[in-house]
Parts: sequence; C-alpha cells; structure tokens
Amino acid sequence: MAAPTSIADDLLDTPVPAAPDAPHPDLALVARAKAGDSAAFEQLIKQYERQIYRTALHITQNREDAEDITQDVFFKAFQKLEQFQGNSKFSTWLVRIAVNESLMRLRKRKTARTVSMDQDVETEEGAIPRDFAEWRPNPEQNYSQAELAEILRKTIAGLPPGFRTVFTLRDIENLSTEETAEALGLSVPAVKSRLLRARLQLRERLSRYFRKGSEGTAKP
Amino acid sequence: MNCTDFLAKLTDYFDGRIDSDLLAEVKQHLCSCHHCEVVVDTTRKTIDIYRGNEPYDLPDDVATRLRAAIMERCKCGCEKPTNAVKADAASKSSS
Repeated sequence: MAAPTSIADDLLDTPVPAAPDAPHPDLALVARAKAGDSAAFEQLIKQYERQIYRTALHITQNREDAEDITQDVFFKAFQKLEQFQGNSKFSTWLVRIAVNESLMRLRKRKTARTVSMDQDVETEEGAIPRDFAEWRPNPEQNYSQAELAEILRKTIAGLPPGFRTVFTLRDIENLSTEETAEALGLSVPAVKSRLLRARLQLRERLSRYFRKGSEGTAKP
Repeated sequence: MNCTDFLAKLTDYFDGRIDSDLLAEVKQHLCSCHHCEVVVDTTRKTIDIYRGNEPYDLPDDVATRLRAAIMERCKCGCEKPTNAVKADAASKSSS
C-alpha cells in the first residue's frame, strides 16, 4: 500500500494576509461607511452578499428566505455599524447576523425538526464510519453539472442544521475554526466535533453516488 | 493508535494542526489500516467536491436587485425587506 500523503496543505485555514499586522482592508471601508459614505457600504455588500446569501440558503433551504435574510443582514449591519468595533473580521460579524436571522426564520416556520442549532447533534448517527468503499478517481465527472448540484443539495439538506451550518461556514465559506466558533457562539471543540460528524455523514451519503462500481446505479 | 484514536484526530489532521510526533503516529496508522485510509481519501474528496461545486450560487441579476433593494432600505430606514426582488422575479416567471 502506498503511504498516504498529508492533505494538510490542501485544507489549511483561510489564506494568511501578507502582512499579518496590517489592518484588514474592510476596516477602512467600514470607517468610511460610518462617516456616511454609501459607496463604501455598497462595496462591503458587493464583497459579502454571496457569502451571506449562500449561508442563509444552506441553513433555511429556501431561496426566497435567503433573499430576504440577505437584505435584513445588510440592513441590520448598516443600522448597527457603530457597534462594530473591529474586534473580529467584518465578514464574521455579518455571518453571525446571518446565522441568527436564518435560525429565527426557521423558528417562524414552526418546523420543530429544524429550529435549533443543537437539534440532533448529540445522536451517534454518522459518528462512526460504516462505508469503506473506495471512490472513483474523479467521481463527480460521472454526472452532469445539474445532476451533481442536485446530489450536493440533497445530501447537505439531509444533515441536522447544527452540522450543516458548521460544514457550510468551515468547509464551503472557508472560515477558520475559531471564526466559525465565534460566528455560531460555540466553543472550538464543539465546532471541531460537529465538523467531523458533518464531514463523515456527508461522505457516507455521497458514497452512494461516487463509490467504485456505482456508475449509473445511483441517480439524484 | 487505533481507529477511534485516529478519528478523534481527523479534523486536526485535515487542518494541519497536529504536532510532528502525532503526525507520525497518524501516518503509521494510515499505512496499516485500509479502512481509515479510505475514510481520509473520501472525506477529502467530499470537502473538495463541495468547495468546487457550490450548489447555491447567487445569480448576478438577483445580486444586483438585492443590492439595490438594500441600499434603498438603508436610505429610507425601511424595516421590512422590499418586495422589489420578489416582484421582479414574479414578473419574470410569468412572462
């Protein structure tokens, strides 16, 4: 058996700025926005509207809700801009508002199964791998873009919200573990635990489509 | 190191946050345990596939309309989301 290579380099946290002590460029935009420069605030919207929309959509699984939440997040950020002191990244501050707004939206729907970040996270499901089938080298290439998108939507939608949100922020939006913990109000160990469960559960679900010998047998 | 110990270190291993002694143990375990090797490989592919194929992108036209609606709300101080996006989407779907 070939010795496995470390994958750490592929999965490192968000890129480290060239000058770690330099102020984040967002701070200047925020300062201008606080002083009444609407173009600066619009620039901040442009930079983060996709991240906020995707985060809201991953949590709510509803496009109309995600659009409303995106509006609400930036409007609330605008209203509370004076409260942002730069102790965290502006993007993390926005994500935290987005997560709160998204969970509030789920609660309004009164679907008890999906209202809590803590719902279902203590179960043992997905904690231990059961599927040890190898995947094809580039498994996604066996599906059209539309089919693949449907597979990914279905598999992530099946995760409990607490896992789905951690996976979204950490692995899709590339927040660091610490930023994810801050955005969700969780401890770092809790984020790590949920991330492991989320990754393992998604892996098991995707394996149905991507394992060797499954060509054409599993369709979204 | 057994499989349970390995799983407990999987997140740190993926994040490159593991000291050299422990990394050596992890690699040794992976060389001797095909199941864990498969878990690492397929979990890495899971992350890569989601990162490379974001299923929920925001279309440019919707982004533009949303941004305009946000700026309008900020200007007038409107608490409720404007219906500009929904109205526009509805007119598009009915046309």
